[in-house]
Amino acid sequence: MSFLDYFKSTKKNTASIAKERLQIIVAHERGKRDQPDYLPNLQKEILEVIRKYVSINQDQVQVQLDKNDNCSVLELNVTLPE
Amino acid sequence: MAKIIVITSGKGGVGKTTSSASISSGLAVKGNKTVVIDFDVGLRNLDLVMNCERRVVYDFVNVINGEATLNQALIKDKYNENLYILPASQTRDKDALSKEGVEQVLNELSQRFDFIICDSPAGIEHGAQMALYFADEAIIVTNPEVSSVRDSDRILGILQSKSRRAELGEEPVKEHLLLTRYNPVRVENGEMLGVDDVKDILAIKLLGVIPESPDVLSSSNSGVPVIHNHESDAGKAYNDAVDRLLGNDVPHRFLNIEKKGFFKRMFKGSATA
Repeated sequence: MSFLDYFKSTKKNTASIAKERLQIIVAHERGKRDQPDYLPNLQKEILEVIRKYVSINQDQVQVQLDKNDNCSVLELNVTLPE
Repeated sequence: MAKIIVITSGKGGVGKTTSSASISSGLAVKGNKTVVIDFDVGLRNLDLVMNCERRVVYDFVNVINGEATLNQALIKDKYNENLYILPASQTRDKDALSKEGVEQVLNELSQRFDFIICDSPAGIEHGAQMALYFADEAIIVTNPEVSSVRDSDRILGILQSKSRRAELGEEPVKEHLLLTRYNPVRVENGEMLGVDDVKDILAIKLLGVIPESPDVLSSSNSGVPVIHNHESDAGKAYNDAVDRLLGNDVPHRFLNIEKKGFFKRMFKGSATA
């Protein structure tokens, strides 16, 4: 019995798992929501240009647009292979 | 000028139509001239939930296409004379709703009513977008469950970018959270997201919490919106939500486990407490 009790008492609080997962996915999706429509295409074309010279794939290029009060910063992050 | 309120959720089956029926009935009972429009073209159900399915002759799409007048299509509610129902078409698809057509119907209704309640279809496609486009306020119906909360956030994004108010740069659509199928016992046991969790994630104002209740099913079975059931916790919770919608400050009820009295404990046992 004590063996079973052990499992019972450590039963995960699934509501808090749900909350944690939701906070992450919702924050991620909100970030995407605010970006302009041309960003995915921009990322694709940048990827194609870089590929002419180096072999990389989709997730090695990250394009992000951050808005400040009076200007926007386009951040480009490219991970090049060794 | 009427206030246009959309009842939406993104996800299906969370209680949009149930809530539309009860909220519009509640507004009417409290003396407001109210019309509730079913935007779910092709899958209409508001007529059934409000017990007027056998009185539908003309529908929303007929009015948009000029095949019937508004007066011919509006159905007077069985239970309150301040309330009218504009049913959806069952034979067309959602593309039959043109922005211009919807606008014209809403303008005409706006002359005669205090509140226009738009019962949105599920999803984020054309039908749902038409239902929310002209809204002044939005009631986001959400279940305390991951997929529903995520979809609610998605529909909030659409309200903030694709509604008429957003496009014209006007004051944003006022957003209200209506949490339905809430079970305080499961929340206490850590099996269900609590009302504060959902509020934290969605970050919008709480309009009401409707406890999970067998009365909701029995009221749709009989076609009497649950708000008319004054004994039911769900009915009372909808009534409170309508009061808040009208600007009254009403404390939230049914958020915690009901404490059983001594006699109830004695005779019903405490197995479900």
